Amino acid sequence: MGAVVQARTGRPFDLSKWAVLPALIGTAIFFVVPLGVMLLWSFWQRIAGKLDKTLSLANYERFFGRDYMVEGLTNSIEVALITTAVSIVIAYPLAYIIAYRIPERWQRFAVILAVLPFWTSYVIRSYSWLLILSERGIINGALIGLGIIDEPLEMGYNRGATVLGFVHFFAMLLTLTIYANLVQIKKSYRLAAADLGASPVQVFFRITLPLSLPGVAVGAFLTFVIAIGDYITPQILGGGQELLLPQAIMLQVSRAADFPMASAMSMTLMVVVTVTYLVFAKYLKMERV
Amino acid sequence: MTIRNVDRRRFLQGGAAVLAVTATWRPRGAQAAEELNILVWCDHADPNLLAPFEKAEGVRINVKDYEGTGTALSIIEQSKPGDWDIFVVDSPDAPRVARLGLLEPLSDDDVPWADMFPQFRAAPHTYVDGKLYAVPEKFGYYGVAYNRDKVDVADMSKGDVMWNPKYKGRMAVYDYYFPIIQMIGLSMGLTPDQITVENLAKIREKLLALKPQTKLIGDIVGVQNALVTGSVDLIIGAAEFAVSGLMTEQPELDWVISEDGGLIWSQGLAVFSASKKKDLARDFVKYVIGPEGQGRLATSSCYWAMPTNKKAVLNDAQKKILRWDEQPGFIARSHPSFISGAALDAAMLDLWNEFLQA
Repeated sequence: MGAVVQARTGRPFDLSKWAVLPALIGTAIFFVVPLGVMLLWSFWQRIAGKLDKTLSLANYERFFGRDYMVEGLTNSIEVALITTAVSIVIAYPLAYIIAYRIPERWQRFAVILAVLPFWTSYVIRSYSWLLILSERGIINGALIGLGIIDEPLEMGYNRGATVLGFVHFFAMLLTLTIYANLVQIKKSYRLAAADLGASPVQVFFRITLPLSLPGVAVGAFLTFVIAIGDYITPQILGGGQELLLPQAIMLQVSRAADFPMASAMSMTLMVVVTVTYLVFAKYLKMERV
Repeated sequence: MTIRNVDRRRFLQGGAAVLAVTATWRPRGAQAAEELNILVWCDHADPNLLAPFEKAEGVRINVKDYEGTGTALSIIEQSKPGDWDIFVVDSPDAPRVARLGLLEPLSDDDVPWADMFPQFRAAPHTYVDGKLYAVPEKFGYYGVAYNRDKVDVADMSKGDVMWNPKYKGRMAVYDYYFPIIQMIGLSMGLTPDQITVENLAKIREKLLALKPQTKLIGDIVGVQNALVTGSVDLIIGAAEFAVSGLMTEQPELDWVISEDGGLIWSQGLAVFSASKKKDLARDFVKYVIGPEGQGRLATSSCYWAMPTNKKAVLNDAQKKILRWDEQPGFIARSHPSFISGAALDAAMLDLWNEFLQA
């Protein structure tokens, strides 16, 4: 039997075209359909515990009509942006060193070391940070022991702690995506630039950095998307000192079973993610990572 | 045969078979007649509580534990009628769940009211339109948990401790909106059943004034962790459920209810109206609110709290931990947590979001 199957119609049937079907079905079942259902639910309402399926924009009006909800959204965007920026600043030099300064035979080991934080539970990692940052934690203990401070510093339960917890995780993710991009850049490009008189700084800014932007963009996009929708880290490290949208969504679900309102809030978050994607789209080249 | 050689019919047949298997799969526990499916808080998952009933009745109990009535309602919505037999629900939420038609009315004859603390039968959430839907089975308080080495103990039972500048930045708030709002109401002379959407505005000012005082607003584990690690010295809204399990190792931890009136939490045990095993479910209710079940439920491995049945089988050491002898006094000056309706509940949830963002 050849590669092309003769179907009953007599037309040749190329199975390779159907190979993508499972992926399409999977995407439809696990992404498109749930998203459509969530969009539909966002136009319904939960009234006195019962579902009112009359289509309306009431949930969106309720969301945008309350300042604290909108502030929750802007808080989430700010935290995700800060996390992304700080993670890039940390991850890029690390990826650069692994890719270009560490001998090739040690690079795999260095990458494993870089991703070690992925091996621990997200929750455990967040609580570990809390113990480190607490008033009786390692940092305060060391500073007081060295006589640098008299009273413990307040380091946990604020936005800074949330960002720290995020950065610890996402800097590793970005390191991987940037490293994967850097090692694909042909060495001859940098050598040619140097031969033509470019200084190492010029080589970096004119050759390496532009060519590594796809890796940065992919990592930054993933960081932003995951951070803006994360519930655990702000819950543990943020101390509830400001409202973030995932927290507000969870309240609607776990307490009121108000899935229509939670859907409207989630769709709003989805719009933010989509806009972010469009911003990053120019640089998102997954095949380069 | 390579994948490219598979014909379309066989490919679709395979897919149909997978879909058929998926469509006919059901939870094992939902099929067997001798099994009871219970949707409960984690304290009911303790084998020490369930084993005697399973052995006596020759049944198997399938447990699904949840946190938050909203989560439970979503689980119920996604299940088929009859999948669940028993429901443990936060008592203030029992009326709203009953009004959704989810619960089966229970007979007073099945409840040993004479052996129980009378305040629970009289609580506003116990009967809905004259019918009993959820039997109060376990209770405790929302109060103040604290580290006695770090605070002035006399301050802790004062209703204004929430706004006492001495503890600014040293307090955690339990992230559960209606108890905190109701505690503030009590400090203003409003009992939970007197709180309305209209007078919520008065509480709002006091609630927002609490925010600058707080270092942390978190779930039970979060606030416990903060107290244990010394990040805070007291927890608003917490009591025995937050520190009883820690007091053996850290005897400096303690809890108290307010002089303005304590706030009682309780959980109710109910039978689903769609249950296909109502007789067995009622037997389970009778077991849990009986002396043996009450003793085991009160000392469940997930968390300890007071049984509503005064004849609960408990030894002296267990009673001491539960502060058994102090209960009559505690109950006498406390009020059951209660939410009068869905509109108030939604308004309080909105207010809590505003508090979090303040």
